Amino acid sequence: MQVNENTNFEPVIVAFCCNWCSYAGADLSGTNRLNYPTNVKIIRVPCSCRVNPMFILRAFQRGADGVILCGCHPGDCHYTSGNYFTRRRITLLYSMLDFLGIERDRTRLEWVSAAEGAKFAATMQEFTDAVRKLGPNRRLEDLRCRKQ
Amino acid sequence: MSDKLKEQILRSSGSNVLKCMRCGKCSATCPSYDEMEYHPHQFVYMVEKGDIEKLMSSDSLYKCLTCFACVDRCPRGVEPAKVVEAVRLAAVRRQGNNHLVPTDIPGMLDDDLPQQAIVTAFRKYTK
Amino acid sequence: MQRIGVFVCHCGTNIAATVDVKAVAEALGHEPGVVISREYQYMCSESGQNLVKDAIREHNLTGVVICSCSPRMHENTFRKAAAAAGLNPYLVEIANIREQCSWIHKDIASATEKAVILGKAAVAKVHLNAPLIAGESPVVKRALVIGGGIAGIQTALDIAEAGFDVDIVEKQPTIGGKMAQIDKTFPTLDCAACILTPKMVEASQNEKIHIYSFSEVTDVKGFVGNFTVTIKRKARYVDETKCTGCGLCTEKCPMKKVPNEFNMGLDNRTAIYIPFAQAVPKVATIDPNYCMMMKTGKCGVCSKVCSVGAIDYKQEDKFIEEKYGAIVVATGFNPINLDKYDEFAYNQCADVVTSLELERLMNAAGPNGGTLLRPSDKTHPHTIVFVQCVGSRCDDEKGKPYCSKICCMYTAKHAMLIREKYPDTEVYVFYIDVRTPGKNFDEFYRRAVEQYNVHYIKGMVGKVTPKSDGKIDVQASDLIANEQLHINADMVVLAAAIEPDKTARPLATMLTTQMDTNDFFTEAHPKLRPVESATAGIFLSGACQGPKDIPETVAQGSAAAAKAIGLLCKNSITCNPCVAHSNELMCNGCSACEKVCPYGAITYQDKEFRMPDRTTAIRRVASVNPAVCQGCGACTVACPSGAMDLNGFSNSQIMAEVDAICK
Repeated sequence: MQVNENTNFEPVIVAFCCNWCSYAGADLSGTNRLNYPTNVKIIRVPCSCRVNPMFILRAFQRGADGVILCGCHPGDCHYTSGNYFTRRRITLLYSMLDFLGIERDRTRLEWVSAAEGAKFAATMQEFTDAVRKLGPNRRLEDLRCRKQ
Repeated sequence: MSDKLKEQILRSSGSNVLKCMRCGKCSATCPSYDEMEYHPHQFVYMVEKGDIEKLMSSDSLYKCLTCFACVDRCPRGVEPAKVVEAVRLAAVRRQGNNHLVPTDIPGMLDDDLPQQAIVTAFRKYTK
Repeated sequence: MQRIGVFVCHCGTNIAATVDVKAVAEALGHEPGVVISREYQYMCSESGQNLVKDAIREHNLTGVVICSCSPRMHENTFRKAAAAAGLNPYLVEIANIREQCSWIHKDIASATEKAVILGKAAVAKVHLNAPLIAGESPVVKRALVIGGGIAGIQTALDIAEAGFDVDIVEKQPTIGGKMAQIDKTFPTLDCAACILTPKMVEASQNEKIHIYSFSEVTDVKGFVGNFTVTIKRKARYVDETKCTGCGLCTEKCPMKKVPNEFNMGLDNRTAIYIPFAQAVPKVATIDPNYCMMMKTGKCGVCSKVCSVGAIDYKQEDKFIEEKYGAIVVATGFNPINLDKYDEFAYNQCADVVTSLELERLMNAAGPNGGTLLRPSDKTHPHTIVFVQCVGSRCDDEKGKPYCSKICCMYTAKHAMLIREKYPDTEVYVFYIDVRTPGKNFDEFYRRAVEQYNVHYIKGMVGKVTPKSDGKIDVQASDLIANEQLHINADMVVLAAAIEPDKTARPLATMLTTQMDTNDFFTEAHPKLRPVESATAGIFLSGACQGPKDIPETVAQGSAAAAKAIGLLCKNSITCNPCVAHSNELMCNGCSACEKVCPYGAITYQDKEFRMPDRTTAIRRVASVNPAVCQGCGACTVACPSGAMDLNGFSNSQIMAEVDAICK
């Protein structure tokens, strides 16, 4: 089934970035004037392990079309081991999303260091394109929350 | 033309010539250096510049022994022998399908050449 | 009722060029709870800050949102401004509309829309911000320096000078490090020992400095201002307090065939040894792998000749625990192992040496007493070939991807010294680039070429072949002449790349500091905080942070000392109040949070609670030590009952941001 409104569809994308690596990486892509879509809005968290999978589900419930979680590279966590927790939690979340029938590609976990401004911009561009291709998130969105 | 050729050579060699830091260790280690008009480091540099025609018409192509000493010792992983091989391949491809032209054969004939070798060569180099 | 002020910064044209700041201020002014919404050209300027302060006082604000650059840039500035106006600094939120909006987008309409959404998210968050009061924790007035090379010595001396106690932990029997092995220093050609050994003596005589030689750090606990460090004092089988360093034992020891690591194995030492004459502390050490007494139980010569009875074959490793306020890492470097470079025949031929080995060969205290002789047959070399970048700037697993920085200069030094002392020697240097960025460095290199006639050849050595007549065939390319050369050499000197010491990686894990992929410690900011690690209270000195020459190492050592002194001067330090806390009424005592906490900040306590039916019950609940907690938030997600929450990034705050963005 083709959905016509896809043509003008602008996805809402929430990005959680850890304060020490990915948020700094996002700042660096700004400092280097590397362009990525305006669809991406960043929420700063101290560490990727602060992101409760609940936040991701909440975002989908409130109408986000994609959620990307960025943390320090494994072994580089400012808090030593936070990103390992994140990795396990997201793996578990994936199996739950599979169960719910949500496309896996709407959620992504990415390692971006403070020096990888270019990687941050490229990842966001690519993720936005991927979500745009998937179309709007309908399955998890709670229509009662939608603003009139 | 040259850009397309360069791209073809880069693709078939699988080598990234931009990684070269121009140390010349490939040429320092090359056993057929003195036989060659263009040396391994020049192959890398000239392919990068897109100056490939000179390489294709040079005998140096056939002097490389493909011993891979340069590949082993290149500190940057540029793999010069693969670049040489790719240029050689490009030169072979340019000859088209018929690598053996019938009118050329009498000149190449050797009395000692077995009949079978000629037949095999035909099979191998013509279509 | 919340009274929130929104302040939108133009940042000159940095923001205003792509974001319609007036529209942003207008849109955010209509958000619930917002009582004032202003824009200004430079919010971080004095007058911009005054604008914020006046608004806080005038409108009695309960929350402030600044739409400006990254919070990593000016969050502190605005928090201080809020505090000055009497508002709790943690009621300030920053919406990043520069780095994450105006600088990356070009279309004004969509950038403005995004800026409004980011502003709305910050307003939604600030609604839920709670005033936080930063706690304080005391600072132990003592510093630890790990590594006793020139970097560690300089740091320790500077900290001691400021009046604080410093301990140096050095894993070798003596301090001094690599500099003690070096013969001369560039570009002045003064003798390394002559400038280093007085500093070593100064360190040992300073009553504020305590040297733990032959010791290693095995455990680090705690946090900035209050580290607890376990130091392993390896058994040296000699009582340090009794040994006078007379050296009689080292003369009499019958086991004389032990490779001397101080001279890079180019000569031998005895099983009981003092590394070199100027060692500090000048105390003997027994090598248990070679000592006859330790191996067979038969000998004991050293204990017989020792007049003070310092020898103790039964000595064991001791562990001591000390408290420190600051830790400086100065673990230094080593040349890489060249075993994998078959083409240079380093393992096949004794006359192919590394540059550090050449230092020892040329040193007056070295194996040949300062006369340059070939290690194989002790004859004078007449042709010497230097090879640069052996293992440096390599893209493969054999070498290192970075430039080792010091090799160009020390090779110029070696070449110059050899030509000066032995003018009949031909010296060839094969280089890829000559890198001489330093004061008087290029002049030095030019002197080697112009005055000393050293043959610098642009090209690389491809193959080194030892020949049966004892000579060495060096096959190399000369890229300028476009020819392949064969040099009949007597010696080949390899400028091996340098790498961080092997002990650095486990140490970084203990210290919870970051390292790059090459095992160099990562500084907190590559430009503005070059001697601090990202972990508070841990400072970096010398080559453990990246390749450095001696002047740079000393400068960095002093800089690290200054940073450590700045910390030690304080009686207490302000803690980050954005830490976890548990709601004891909700906590069910499952211990899930305790297991994920990387700092051990969570403990469990039995507490008495009043129950609904007017009885009391004892329940096991989690409690967080705010001084130890670093605020990562791992526990908040692990908590099944939702009792654990993080100040400043609470569940409700993050969800409010999510909602604001998604709407």
